[in-house]
Amino acid sequence: MTEGHAGTHSALAHHFQNMEQQREAGSLGMWVFLITEVMFFGGMFTAYVVYRAFHPYTFAQASSELDITLGGINTGVLICSSLTMALAVYGTQVGKKMMSIGFLCLTIFLGLAFLGIKAVEYAHKFEHHLVPGMNFTYPYPDPKHAQMFFSIYFAMTGLHALHMIIGIGILTVLVVMAARNRFSPEYHAPVELTGLYWHFVDIVWIFLFPLLYLLGRHLEGGGHV
Amino acid sequence: MSEKIVSLKVYFLIFGTLMVLTATTTWVAFYDLGRINTVVALVIAVTKALLVALFFMHVKYSSRLTRIAVVSGLLWLVIMIGLTMSDYLTRGWLKQISG
Repeated sequence: MTEGHAGTHSALAHHFQNMEQQREAGSLGMWVFLITEVMFFGGMFTAYVVYRAFHPYTFAQASSELDITLGGINTGVLICSSLTMALAVYGTQVGKKMMSIGFLCLTIFLGLAFLGIKAVEYAHKFEHHLVPGMNFTYPYPDPKHAQMFFSIYFAMTGLHALHMIIGIGILTVLVVMAARNRFSPEYHAPVELTGLYWHFVDIVWIFLFPLLYLLGRHLEGGGHV
Repeated sequence: MSEKIVSLKVYFLIFGTLMVLTATTTWVAFYDLGRINTVVALVIAVTKALLVALFFMHVKYSSRLTRIAVVSGLLWLVIMIGLTMSDYLTRGWLKQISG
């Protein structure tokens, strides 16, 4: 690796010795941020674990009010978006500008599809009075703790959706940057780091889906007999 | 530049595996296996998360420093859930001392 000004990449910041060190530092920085996000969502997962431990049947029954088809489709949509995100990063790694722009746009589209389906789900909840604090009406036993389930549902999927919105915003900026030839095989850190963020948001949903949607499916009639 | 470029074949393979695991976890959920339902759901979810982290997030090809950071994050999560639950689940085990 050459040091000094001759032969250094134009994107190399002065406090790094070479591009690999810069890349490693950037990646580590994003991982440290993701660790804070793990604790952020982790706090709510802890709340879920506590309430589910003490009210397992109510939680299973309440879970059956969620639309498993839409939830399942959304899970598929997010896994697809992780693939397209990885392919967008690959595109920048091999210097294929149109490939990276195309897959970034696909990722945005899939993210928007996820949010659209989520909006439909939320609309159903409002219609059926399953929103805590807004004429919450639960037709089965133990509405108090069922309301807890829905509080956790809205808080966790809402926070997750907020992360999706932010991610889509960042991806849009990346599309503009890519179109302006800002990325190359030597420098594509923004795309790579956004990929880390996007995959993390996918991992959160990978846990949310079974914990929120699949709880009570083994019950006869979803527990609503 | 020593950045590892993962092949497209691996990406599609992992994608396929993730979809199969999603279908599996959904399908198993409809059968009553008692406590095993939760175990199966978590095992599958952890496997999916591992695949995303190792291959899509390139942790498999990352430096030891990066991997230490990832593992330590999980460690703090385990502490939070573990100690919280060990508190809640042991309440009422000891008798109150009166007087």
